[in-house]
Amino acid sequence: MAETATTQAPRAASAAPEPALPPTLRRNAPLVPTDSAASRSLAAVIAILTFLAALCAGAAEIVASSASQWQGAVTQEATIQVRPGPGRDLDADIARAEAIAKAEPGIAATRVFSKAEAERLLEPWLGAGLDLSDLPVPRLITLKLADSPVPDLKHLRGTLAAAMPGVASLDDHALWLQRLSTMANTFVGVGIGIVALVLVATGLAVAFATRGAMAGNKEVVEVLHFVGADDDFIARAFQRRFFGLGLRGGVIGAGLALAAFGLAGLVARAWRSGPAGEEIEALFGAFHIGWRGYASVLLIGVIASVVTGIVSRLTVRRFLA
Amino acid sequence: MGERAKTGSLLSGAEEPVVQFENVGMRYGLGPEVLSDVSFRIQPRSFQFLTGPSGAGKTTLLRLILLSVRPTRGLVSVFGEEVSGISSEALTGLRRRMGVVFQDFRLLDHLTTYENVALPLRVQGRAETSYRAEVVELLRWVGLGERMHVLPPLLSGGEKQRAAIARALIARPELLLADEPTGNVDPGLGRRLLRLFVELNKLGTSVIIATHDYGLMDLVDARRMVLGQGRLQIEG
Repeated sequence: MAETATTQAPRAASAAPEPALPPTLRRNAPLVPTDSAASRSLAAVIAILTFLAALCAGAAEIVASSASQWQGAVTQEATIQVRPGPGRDLDADIARAEAIAKAEPGIAATRVFSKAEAERLLEPWLGAGLDLSDLPVPRLITLKLADSPVPDLKHLRGTLAAAMPGVASLDDHALWLQRLSTMANTFVGVGIGIVALVLVATGLAVAFATRGAMAGNKEVVEVLHFVGADDDFIARAFQRRFFGLGLRGGVIGAGLALAAFGLAGLVARAWRSGPAGEEIEALFGAFHIGWRGYASVLLIGVIASVVTGIVSRLTVRRFLA
Repeated sequence: MGERAKTGSLLSGAEEPVVQFENVGMRYGLGPEVLSDVSFRIQPRSFQFLTGPSGAGKTTLLRLILLSVRPTRGLVSVFGEEVSGISSEALTGLRRRMGVVFQDFRLLDHLTTYENVALPLRVQGRAETSYRAEVVELLRWVGLGERMHVLPPLLSGGEKQRAAIARALIARPELLLADEPTGNVDPGLGRRLLRLFVELNKLGTSVIIATHDYGLMDLVDARRMVLGQGRLQIEG
């Protein structure tokens, strides 16, 4: 730079001083006009679609993580219920049922609920401070299941039913929790489907908007062709403009979705003291989408912008061809 | 290119023509023929007027040279290349060797005068700093030094005309096409612009000026290509 300055100095001194370039001279404005009402509408559409897709992804993520917790819990426990009957020694029945369970391969541990513990389980329904000694309260044995060998619960259920008919029965919770997790998986699948649909809708909206922009800027495209621009140059000019719009829409949509999840988390925390809050927490945990949820929301914002750029480029190339 | 070098000679007649039409016919859709059996050659460094009444097909003929439409029949060659079935890359390459001044200027309203004139260099992918001096010099030469930051809607008719001409000249084209370049300006400015084209021609550019201004044509002793009812006659 210093060298250039010294070589230019004498020339500037000898030649008549040229008027300087206006400092405000714009030199590289985008070739495709920006900031029209149509671009603002498109950015808004992309923002709304990104927001909806991100909400879906976040909700699916909450359900998926809850479902995996449920599944983790269900695969590790089963319960034997021993009912008292007239003329039967309950403690002997419990010992016998426990022995049968222990004999079964794949049962890692057993724990017998004491009479006091069994009675406490009834407290939510009957209230505290009652004398339940006269009531025939069933007793529970929880079985901790091993990962291997995999316990044959069907066989255990058959053995119990044969040895102690009408007295001991096995409840492995698997059936209803399996239904719940099937439902959760369905929900996740539907969520992914909706995200995909919303992204396709974004792509189509961008394709329409690009065609509109091409038609609206027909003159610009024609002049660019005449001054020697190739199709790729023109496609890049449009792609740059639409990627900018997509990025703006994607950032706004993803930002709003993150804010919505933050707000929902706060509201859920405020409600947690009430009975409704406990149920919400039992279902969804702390209404927290976790780092994976935040990452997928941001990813959707990025994907929406990239889809916008690519779709506009392809649309322009097809339009020009 | 190699062929051109071989046939290159000091005699302009021996050089490969810049534009060559052979029995060209042109119709739009199922309409009547706008041009019929048009044959001519544009030699390197030549200067010619294209004239004829309105609707005679001047603009269509220019569009054929510009490769924005293809002939219905006949052969069109530009810079030695036959244009039917030309690839889009080759088309871009040919267009970069031409400059064109449209009757309605076709300046881009959202770009400044500077950006409009720099456009042919910008679309070649050149950095702005590499052509800034050239563009500014040309703008000053056509008298738009003080107007380079202005958007076209704020330019007068004559200023737009000069900006359009500067844009056509900035990439030093081998062929310049001008459609009614003096149609929107007063006779004084029209004569000055004509002198600009003659100067350019002396520097080696082939020039075709479409006009129906006989007063203007009388100022230069040049070949006249006269279109009438779709047929071409060469005078001079």
